[in-house]
Amino acid sequence: MAVTSPTVATPTEPRKRSATSRPPRQRSGSLTPWLFLVVPLGLLLVFTYLPVANMVWYSFTSWDGLDAVKEGVGFKNYVDIFTRPELFRVFFVSLYYLVGALVQLALALYFATILSFSTRFRNFFKGVIFFPYLLNGVAIGLVFLYFFRPDGTLDALLGVVGLKDTPLWLGDPSIVNYSLAGTSVWRYLGLNFVLFLGAIQAIPDDVYEAADLDGATSWQKFRYIIFPGIKQIVGLSLILAVSGALSVFEIPFIMTSGANGSETFVIQTVDTAFRYSKVGLASAMAVVLLIIVLVISAIQRKFFPDEKGDLV
Amino acid sequence: MSAPTAPAPTRITAADKMRGAAARFSRSVAPVAGPLATTAKYISLVVACAAAVVPILTIFFAAFKSREEYVTSGPLDLPQNWFNFSNFTRAFTDSDMLAGFVNTMIILVVALAGTILIGTMTAYAVDRFDFRGKKLVMAGFLLATLVPAVTTQVATFQIINGLGLFNTRWAAIVLFMGTDIIAIYIFLQFMRSIPRSLDEAAMLDGANRLTIYARIVFPLLKPAIATVVIIKGIAIYNEFYIPFLYMPSSKLGVISTTLFRFKGPTGSEWEVIAAGTILVIVPTLIAFLLLQRHIYNGLTAGATK
Repeated sequence: MAVTSPTVATPTEPRKRSATSRPPRQRSGSLTPWLFLVVPLGLLLVFTYLPVANMVWYSFTSWDGLDAVKEGVGFKNYVDIFTRPELFRVFFVSLYYLVGALVQLALALYFATILSFSTRFRNFFKGVIFFPYLLNGVAIGLVFLYFFRPDGTLDALLGVVGLKDTPLWLGDPSIVNYSLAGTSVWRYLGLNFVLFLGAIQAIPDDVYEAADLDGATSWQKFRYIIFPGIKQIVGLSLILAVSGALSVFEIPFIMTSGANGSETFVIQTVDTAFRYSKVGLASAMAVVLLIIVLVISAIQRKFFPDEKGDLV
Repeated sequence: MSAPTAPAPTRITAADKMRGAAARFSRSVAPVAGPLATTAKYISLVVACAAAVVPILTIFFAAFKSREEYVTSGPLDLPQNWFNFSNFTRAFTDSDMLAGFVNTMIILVVALAGTILIGTMTAYAVDRFDFRGKKLVMAGFLLATLVPAVTTQVATFQIINGLGLFNTRWAAIVLFMGTDIIAIYIFLQFMRSIPRSLDEAAMLDGANRLTIYARIVFPLLKPAIATVVIIKGIAIYNEFYIPFLYMPSSKLGVISTTLFRFKGPTGSEWEVIAAGTILVIVPTLIAFLLLQRHIYNGLTAGATK
């Protein structure tokens, strides 16, 4: 289907198309599609690709974000990231969120599976489990600041069962990340759950009926019918969980501003850029994160090849 | 239960026997395990619902308590007077939440209109034309989905600043419009289901491409537009970082930033902060109750692209 000249269509081509039951498309006057694309492509270039290109450029300078001159410093910023432990350490905070995300996926899978079987008040349960995902991030941050504060909701609940000696959930550096990762699970569980439930319900009913006739147990139905049907979306969610854990920002920023050892890589990056005016170093940090996310996406495409290719 | 079994197949492996034994076992315990499993299932669902609701419920209680009442009662205690709205009025006026709602609405409407126009135009161009560089264009949009927006803000900030959009509503509007690739996919997928013969017929009647887009394709995309409005609308209502970074002026607060800034000076007056939080949650709850099914469908469409 290679076109040598954009303006001249060979006379045989339209016939070839109609053989595949596709009507001929307009090929001459090929300016028309570009008129439709000029604004979308302009925005895409200016607000996605130009920032990425600039970011790579800034990352090799010591720019402060204001100076007219951007002085090149070679790989110094990158060397700093990997040699100064205080810059790299924040990556380990992501591990809490990663474990949280795995718990979240397991819970989502469990609830999606049990709700795919006939259940009383199914829509009610579905709605309640899903609803937190829709909430405003700042509102969630405040709800959980109240939940975790001394003598707050959590302490009161633990007091009911007799636990009085509770730690500072957000003040103790050894606990704060568990609290924040837990908040993150609370917030995002609903999305995974609804996606899994949708995928399970897309499996035709007669498959289950056939399994019932064969006397399959619930576990067998899960193992041989449900799981293969949702493998794709589980794989996608797993990858998103990893890149999500690396780029956690809102919850810790709103709730603790990164205090008490809850600082994540993205909080540190934006602080470096906008509070300490080290745009060069911050750009290098952002480039490192971008590369990691791209590598993870490439791995995903290798292990879970999806139908996205047919969009082109 | 014990239907006459067919003659045994010629070769039975150990694994088959194990599986058979497991199935027989689970069928034999079914009369007991069934009710037990059902009970466990409902208990787990109730626990999950409690976990989802209790944090919000306690902040809801707090919002109705007076100062002395808040100090003397625990978080789990019900408020004495369910008609004590003074915290709500204080939160609404002190934080200038009205301005926040107005700014959010302005940004929401303009950015949504832009997203819909841009998304449908892109989908129309890509699906209905063959042109050189089409694969490159598609690859450009695809690759952009992989770039996490939060990482590039370091450099995007300079561009917004250079364009003179810093501290204006346009900063948020162009960023919401210019970076929405999911919407394009939703439109593209839907556009495929619109038969091309409609375009052809109109073209025979002498309609040009713009007329076909505006009069035929665009109206037929309504269901996809509804999906994008819901998904994108929720995302814009909830967005915190873009307005926080690009619109620091106190006059340009949106819902998220208004609530965030309100927390600072109000300090430990949790009953007032709680009321502000509830004010932000209520519109979401109403939208959810009204649009449940559309939200579920939209999210599924957006995630699987």
